[in-house]
Amino acid sequence: MNAVILLFPGTNRERDMAIALEKATGRRPTILFHAETGLPAGTDLVVLPGGFSHGDYLRCGAMAARSPIMPAVAEFAAKGGHILGVCNGFQILTEAGLLPGALLRNASLRFLSMDCHLRVETASSPFTSHWQKHAIFRAPMAHGDGNYFADDNTLDRLEAEDRVAFRYVTPAGEPTGAANRNGACRNIAGILSENRRILGMMPHPEDLVDSLMGGTDGLPLFESIAASLATA
Amino acid sequence: MRKAIVTVMPKAGVLDPQGKAIGHALGTLGFAGVGEVRTGKIIELELTETDPAAAKAQAEEMARRLLANTVIESFRVELA
Repeated sequence: MNAVILLFPGTNRERDMAIALEKATGRRPTILFHAETGLPAGTDLVVLPGGFSHGDYLRCGAMAARSPIMPAVAEFAAKGGHILGVCNGFQILTEAGLLPGALLRNASLRFLSMDCHLRVETASSPFTSHWQKHAIFRAPMAHGDGNYFADDNTLDRLEAEDRVAFRYVTPAGEPTGAANRNGACRNIAGILSENRRILGMMPHPEDLVDSLMGGTDGLPLFESIAASLATA
Repeated sequence: MRKAIVTVMPKAGVLDPQGKAIGHALGTLGFAGVGEVRTGKIIELELTETDPAAAKAQAEEMARRLLANTVIESFRVELA
């Protein structure tokens, strides 16, 4: 499986992402600069990692979404390519119109740097197939703008189409207001595209993939990707 | 040169925590009678286009494609 990690000015989680992908797939991903206009031949997965691309100017992800590489990413998506966006990557995917909704400033106005608990809302995707539905796992988060927003019609549609991938929950698995630290609509932490091949999420599963990191809670996501794209 | 002024505001119903925080701080300072506070952005553009209608259309296209995220924000263009 050939993974490509996009690097924008201000991206800072590309190495963590490369480690997680290599651990699960056995192949080192290519890191590609945003000023390129094409993806390498044979790309199976495009990853937009976390960070503060272009200093979060205007809106988080707004500049990166208009980068020279993004038309190629949109074309890759249109052909059914798999894309993962984490944190700033999720913000970029919504800004690029590849996922619905937007990420607003955290309702508390505070930057959140802490662990959260996520509930897997669907195991039916190339990113979540190695979990059981409603499995609960821990993930670090570090963001100032993770408050997922979409209008009610969009939210109803996401739920009806089983496209909510993860929700913020208590360690016991309850989607309470207190567990929803950034104020996201309906506790949503991650969503899938219509064809289920694009995942955007705010927390960082790539930062819990080794016992040296304090746990392997995030590893199933990368194992799911490796298994789903193994034949590719 | 023509100056276009693009005002970008959060749409009605979109949470504006900055506006809320400002409203709260105004209350702390003793300003009474402040209702809802909403925050937005003003972006000034210097355009070489001199025809007013064309300049406005250009700025509106810029707002749609970059300056505003129309999922959460509305915008208004005025020529100075």
